[in-house]
Amino acid sequence: MNLKNLFIFSTLTALSGVALAQSDADYEVPITEYGQPDLQGVWNFSSNTPMQRPKKYGNQEFLTREQVEEAIAQQETRAAAADAIAAQRVVNPDAPDATDNPGGYNDFWLEVRGLGETVRSSHIVYPLDGRVPAAVEGAPRQYGGLGPDIPSTRPVRYVVGGIAKAGPEDRGLSERCIVGFNSGPPFLPSLYNNNLQIVQSKDTAVIMTEMIHDARIVHLGDKPELDENITLWSGDSRGYYDGDTLVVETKNFNGLRQTFNSTGANKDMILTERFTRTAFDNVDYEFTIDDPSTFTDKITAIVPMTKLAGQIYEYACHEGNYGMVNILRGERMEEQRAAEGGSL
Amino acid sequence: MKITFTKLLSTSFLIMATGLLSLTAAAQNGEIARTPSGKPDLSGIWQAMTTAHYNVEPHAASYGPHPRQMGATSAVPASLGIVEGGGIPYNEQGRRQRDLNKADAHNLDPLTKCYMPGIPRANYLPFPFQIIQSTDVVLVAYEFAESNRIVYVDQPELESQVDAWMGHSNAYWEGDTLVVSVSGQMENTWFDRAGNHHSYQMVVEERWTPMGANHIQYEATMTDANTFTAPWKVSFPIYRHVDENMQLLEFKCAEFSEEFLYGEFRKEGTPIGNPE
Repeated sequence: MNLKNLFIFSTLTALSGVALAQSDADYEVPITEYGQPDLQGVWNFSSNTPMQRPKKYGNQEFLTREQVEEAIAQQETRAAAADAIAAQRVVNPDAPDATDNPGGYNDFWLEVRGLGETVRSSHIVYPLDGRVPAAVEGAPRQYGGLGPDIPSTRPVRYVVGGIAKAGPEDRGLSERCIVGFNSGPPFLPSLYNNNLQIVQSKDTAVIMTEMIHDARIVHLGDKPELDENITLWSGDSRGYYDGDTLVVETKNFNGLRQTFNSTGANKDMILTERFTRTAFDNVDYEFTIDDPSTFTDKITAIVPMTKLAGQIYEYACHEGNYGMVNILRGERMEEQRAAEGGSL
Repeated sequence: MKITFTKLLSTSFLIMATGLLSLTAAAQNGEIARTPSGKPDLSGIWQAMTTAHYNVEPHAASYGPHPRQMGATSAVPASLGIVEGGGIPYNEQGRRQRDLNKADAHNLDPLTKCYMPGIPRANYLPFPFQIIQSTDVVLVAYEFAESNRIVYVDQPELESQVDAWMGHSNAYWEGDTLVVSVSGQMENTWFDRAGNHHSYQMVVEERWTPMGANHIQYEATMTDANTFTAPWKVSFPIYRHVDENMQLLEFKCAEFSEEFLYGEFRKEGTPIGNPE
């Protein structure tokens, strides 16, 4: 099954969501040997649903059948255009690209076509319009991306791109292999490796992402709060079970990451996540960001996770980070040649 | 044989004393924690108490790297070692490579670069690790470099797909011992800071045997015909962190290795790190 067909299959499956939901209402969540709701396994949170809701949908949380069909048609048009370009390259592999940009990733890498529910109009469900609320005045903003560097000042809190190439600290956090662009928390669907594994024991739950192999340990007992001077890239997590839901509250972030949507520094962020198994092959992942120093309101989003019958692979990002060497060395060479009056 | 009363008394006393000591040891060790299904429950935060991470073979104290800058803080403490029989049975090529590694160990050690340590080294680093035991998998979360591994229990059909820094772990229970076979490890990991090494062919058989409530006897047997003339074994106890407030913290050392790895390409005069 190619990705295009997978997308269509997923979408059409989601169209019958009402019927699925009814059958899932009878679903009994399995329990672990400690009597907890069993959330264990490998889960994929890929998605083609936008995080923010397009304004044209207003407060409409789910798409209608017609809107989904329209989305499928648009998707097919885009895919056909991409296929035509790829076919042209097969005919003439030496054909110059339309731009000087060699690109970052081709379809081999991309997981943007969802594997789970696709009929939501946005992942954000609160505020009710599905939009990111207004930022607090003075909250820092910083924009990265795969394009040219955008000059700014350290620390670089975003994940991809950079402000310069003077040193590794000028690059995004995922380029430095410190955190991934989807390693969370919270987990935001992104280009690839949208996989995590949940393991539960008597007094602990672990959420381990494939990206950057981050195993976030959730303490379920009465362990006291961590000293405020101990701050962490992934925060400090405490959890409990609320019926069939694992609730995780995380704070003590180090302020070196953005809170959300290119905005803020997450030092004051309190993150609440809810993992609810709704079917054999689905966990609803809901997260709420509360950071009064960054946003004027809370943000809540829902991202479905689909069960995978596979293993997590070791994403040894730092061990294979040849990119960082080449980024910095290339820049030094350019500087040297420019100083000598030449150019690359 | 003639047994005098004095000897009998002495012997009885010794037997009683030994019995009392055993009882005391048992009381101190406590019962092995078990899961509802009766398996030993290895869950908890653990750490080895050994300086073998400097060198798994027996060694005397010695200078460490950069003695002019670091003085005694970088010095290598002595260790009884953890290799059974004392030394690693290298073949000729393996020993030659070990000596080359040792000659420039500080620069060549993968841990200097914050690379994942592999197995068994992760288990005797001076960092805690946490075991989270479920029925089908056991997750071992190492604080150093977030070098985590999933151990698949009674799932032999899950094989190593690609080589990995922490390898691929398949396990089964043999009585109260968790036996883990670790295959598919990258050849880049070392056993210590002294350049002891292996090839991609290495298979490690670990044996985790709880000896009471708060310690585990750990053994690992290394088989690698590319590097060693015979299998060899390390063994040492691993201790539970009993402080109820203990928890793993982050040691994302990629950040701290950047200057070592990329410093030569830093623009001259550019500060290291983020502003305070």
